Amino acid sequence: MATMPASASDLLKSFKLKTKQQELLIRVSILCLVYILAFITRLFSVLRYESMIHEFDPYFNYRTTLYLTENGFYDFWNWFDYESWYPLGRIVGGTLYPGLMVTAVLIYRILRFLRFAVHIREVCVLTAPFFASNTTLVAYFFGKEIWDSGAGLVAAILIAVCPGYISRSVAGSYDNEGVAIFALLFTFYVFVKAVNTGSLAWSLASAFGYFYMVSAWGGYVFIINLIPLYVLVLLITGRYSMRLYVAYNCMYILGMLLAMQIRFVGFQHVQSGEHMAAMGVFFLMQVFYFLDWVKHMLSDTKLFQAFLRITVTSAVAVGGIALGLGMVSGYISPWTGRFYSLLDPTYAKDHIPIIASVSEHQPTAWSSFMFDFHILLFLFPAGLYFCFKRLSDATIFIVMYGLTSMYFAGVMVRLILVATPAVCLISAIAVSATVKNLTVLLRSKNKVVQTGSTKGSGGSKSSSKALLDQSQPFQKNGAIALLFGAFYLLSRYATHCTWVTSEAYSSPSIVLAARGAHGNRVIFDDYREAYFWLRQNTPQDAKVMSWWDYGYQITAMGNRTVIVDNNTWNNTHIATVGRAMSSYEDEAIEIIRSLDVDYVLVVFGGVTGYSSDDINKFLWMVRIGGGVFPVIKEPDYLVNGEYRVDKGAAPKMLNCLMYKLCYYRFGEMMTEYGKPPGYDRARGVEIGNKDVKLEHLEEAFTTSNWIVRIYRVKPPNNRW
Amino acid sequence: MEAPIRAREALGFILFSLLFSICRSSSLNHLLISNAERRIDLSSHIVKVYLTLKVENAGSTPTSEVLLSFPPTQADHLATVEALVTKGKRKKTTLVRLDVKATELPDAPNDAKYFTIYLANPLKSGESTTIEVLYLLTHSQEPFPAEIAQSESQLVYYRDSALILSPYHIKQQTTFIKTPSTKVESFTRVEPSNRAGTEIKYGPYEDHPPYSFSPILIHFENNSPFAVVEELVREVEISHWGNLQVTEQYTLVHAGARHKGVFSRVDYQSRPTLNGASSLRYLLARLPPRVHSVYYRDEIGNISSSHLRTDSRKSELEIEPRYPLFGGWKATFVIGYGLPLQDFLFETSDDRRYLNFTFGCPLLETVVDKLTVKVVLPEGSKDPSAVVPFPVEQHLETKYSYLDVVGRTVVVMEKKNLVPAHNSHFQVYYTFKPIFMLAEPLMLASAFFLFFVACVAYLHIDLSIRK
Repeated sequence: MATMPASASDLLKSFKLKTKQQELLIRVSILCLVYILAFITRLFSVLRYESMIHEFDPYFNYRTTLYLTENGFYDFWNWFDYESWYPLGRIVGGTLYPGLMVTAVLIYRILRFLRFAVHIREVCVLTAPFFASNTTLVAYFFGKEIWDSGAGLVAAILIAVCPGYISRSVAGSYDNEGVAIFALLFTFYVFVKAVNTGSLAWSLASAFGYFYMVSAWGGYVFIINLIPLYVLVLLITGRYSMRLYVAYNCMYILGMLLAMQIRFVGFQHVQSGEHMAAMGVFFLMQVFYFLDWVKHMLSDTKLFQAFLRITVTSAVAVGGIALGLGMVSGYISPWTGRFYSLLDPTYAKDHIPIIASVSEHQPTAWSSFMFDFHILLFLFPAGLYFCFKRLSDATIFIVMYGLTSMYFAGVMVRLILVATPAVCLISAIAVSATVKNLTVLLRSKNKVVQTGSTKGSGGSKSSSKALLDQSQPFQKNGAIALLFGAFYLLSRYATHCTWVTSEAYSSPSIVLAARGAHGNRVIFDDYREAYFWLRQNTPQDAKVMSWWDYGYQITAMGNRTVIVDNNTWNNTHIATVGRAMSSYEDEAIEIIRSLDVDYVLVVFGGVTGYSSDDINKFLWMVRIGGGVFPVIKEPDYLVNGEYRVDKGAAPKMLNCLMYKLCYYRFGEMMTEYGKPPGYDRARGVEIGNKDVKLEHLEEAFTTSNWIVRIYRVKPPNNRW
Repeated sequence: MEAPIRAREALGFILFSLLFSICRSSSLNHLLISNAERRIDLSSHIVKVYLTLKVENAGSTPTSEVLLSFPPTQADHLATVEALVTKGKRKKTTLVRLDVKATELPDAPNDAKYFTIYLANPLKSGESTTIEVLYLLTHSQEPFPAEIAQSESQLVYYRDSALILSPYHIKQQTTFIKTPSTKVESFTRVEPSNRAGTEIKYGPYEDHPPYSFSPILIHFENNSPFAVVEELVREVEISHWGNLQVTEQYTLVHAGARHKGVFSRVDYQSRPTLNGASSLRYLLARLPPRVHSVYYRDEIGNISSSHLRTDSRKSELEIEPRYPLFGGWKATFVIGYGLPLQDFLFETSDDRRYLNFTFGCPLLETVVDKLTVKVVLPEGSKDPSAVVPFPVEQHLETKYSYLDVVGRTVVVMEKKNLVPAHNSHFQVYYTFKPIFMLAEPLMLASAFFLFFVACVAYLHIDLSIRK
């Protein structure tokens, strides 16, 4: 740098990049491309439909975000929501993870400050893709930390398009998971970095990453159990080090203090059963350190053995007694049902129907593993093999993360999401290591011919391969064939991911699209039609009763008070609604009046053939209602264990409120040519009760395709 | 219900006869109306009244002012008053618009409101001229019964006077009232009056003194949807890069008889003419030609039921609300579209620029209760001034849009009670230096430049402490 270039050719040379710089350039440009790719592959729904919020839970998040932008943080923190869970209400600030909303509002404020006149909705819609892009960066650094930068790059590419992650982070799916996966991976990466370096700064960063994760998603419990488990494994395998001590202690103490600032978590972090493992490992760590110190002080090994025995037994005993006392005195709360259902997949089915009723809580089918992971499913074991071959603190972590999360992914469909980063990272190791070995093979052979010796990065491995070369003459061709095979697989993966994203994960589920008779696209916008009708044409304080699935949407889009919503915190309340829906009308009206309900909303797909409607969900209402009120018995609604709505249906089924509300005046309706009137297209049968009469309710509104039907509760008759 | 209405009418009649006796002495000037014909069109919810007056100057001094008077209840709902006079003879007649201004008179009987028509040439003594007056009334048909079920048709009351309220003596007058259908429940008889088909005729009445009044009440079927925009905010944003962005926020309400009880989709779909005859199914907006990027949405997202038809002269946007509007139902929505700037922005000789745009609401057959037009001028423009053909309230605001530093000047104009007849052009003048157009691209470019410089610097500087 100091000397001036003498001539023009020197000048040109100085512009020419060195190999290292070239590598940097390629790496940065690949990362940039991956960053952009991760963003744009999630935009299918925006391009195909519009910039809108999807599904159910995101509507609650959107509503709270709007509240936060309008009223500021303190009002948000102290918000008591009268519009849901009538008449109980909900303390929103204390029962949600505010990370997502705060993040979105922060982005919104920054953009506003930079004078980009965006609407908060656009920010919310694009938050998930933006964080997915950031996740690819973290995946790169994580891969670099546990293996090398090549694996990092592959991991970034794999995670950018992996359907398991895209399913929860397309534009418009404004949900906690969108930012939480970023936070999760970031926390893990920084923690591994802290373990590797023993640096206080990195473990501080991991505490803050953990704090962000706690603020964003309930899945933080996974972190606070996985990290202690990892530490425990390191302790058992004799990999205890000062680095680990610094990393874990700092992360745990600071992370705990920070996590307790989130109102929804609060003292649970030190009191509930789910968090006890972390605390136990923390104390164990101190014992270990103490023993280490004693060992250092005591030169006599025999004495130390005896001391060790006494200390370990007493420590375990003290810990056990403390835990037992805590449990008995109620200071330490037992594990929650959700946690149990993770450990025992059949638990929810037997004990908590409300968890089992959600489709994303079902055990995962093999096909959905294949659907969400594709070739990663085969690369994952290969990656594990490579990890075991080069065992280090970091690879142990990724192996443990991969195995535990794979187990959870098998228990619940939605937890595939948590497993995705691990699967991508481990598969990336497999891909990167294989490709690297193959290319080294190709290169080293030339070198063998030229110089007869190997040098550089390959080291002993490539020299052993070179030795192998002589015995296998077709190895070079074989390597080329294998390389092509790998590229073929990866390109299949890319096409599969794009296809899945565009076909399966990019529909907003608020707007339904179907192909018309002439191949044109027909849009059913009935949900919004109904919600907007509610918003505009009912009294401001009207109470709407519906099944809890639609609660968030009604409050967000309809701006009306609901009885129950998707925050299923009060099982009894939901069961009351389930009971009302499954009772006869005159019994139901008592419940409806006691809940002060003005409108009853049902979703009905009989005209359009929309299958996820209330009639198909009805058995869950019966089960959940029956779980609390034994008057409701499931067999009353079934005929020989079979659920049907046609003439052969159970009499209670044909006359319960839900049936009546869905099929009111449906008997007059011709739905399909060549079929009798009252032919239910969703279930493919002619309905059993065509003469539905309503006594206490009247039809207030039905959308143009009948998907949403709203009934008004009539005032009681005058008595004289 | 009949009895009290009769009583009220009778009372009104007495009152006005009393007034008449008071006002008789102070005749305004020496004009008289030799022949008056009034045609009231009730076929939509906007009442159109065509008044043909043959005015004669019976006094000795020439005068150029002719007064129109309205009862206060009508004056509140009066959207626009226009006066025309025919010029030329035989087939070469042309209509010339005359100035009309609201006037206050000190001794107005019973709060009557006045408008003065200014004739182009003073009317000399003994001469006569024919003036055509057109005025529109909004919110003047009262639904009765006020609440109807889905299958019922909408009946309304219309109140007026059989005699034209005028400060002048009227020698002969006739009133024709056109109803939308032949279904008329009742109408007040003031002999001679009769009904034939869709027309009710009052008169001819001879020689009525000033301020004669004879209340009438017509009860008839009107199934045309009463589309009323309670509030409309139109924002016109000028970009000198060649685009004019218009955003219109509507609060639409069906102001007819309120819907009562059940809304049945089966009935509505299978027998649309019988069920929900007065419901508002769709609206037609007439937009300027060469319109592009049209959108139609509301607070919760895009509304997919709209059609755009464009040709070289005009564009028509047919929009359906999310649900059919029955009486009393509301819908809010936003329409936005872009227009090529060169069609609307012009330059004056003194280097000022002006925007020439329509003022009113583009929806057909719609009443707007309150309209706010905001013209967002580009950043850096100065001295805005607006020229509107009718009185409006004006003030200035500042708006921040993409990459604005000092903010854009917004000219805000407000007006109440508008009808489609208000869709005339208005102008906003301002000065603007074209150099300001470059400010935002330069800002962006320099931001990127700085970013790259920072990257280069970061790669070339070794920041580590250890060497």
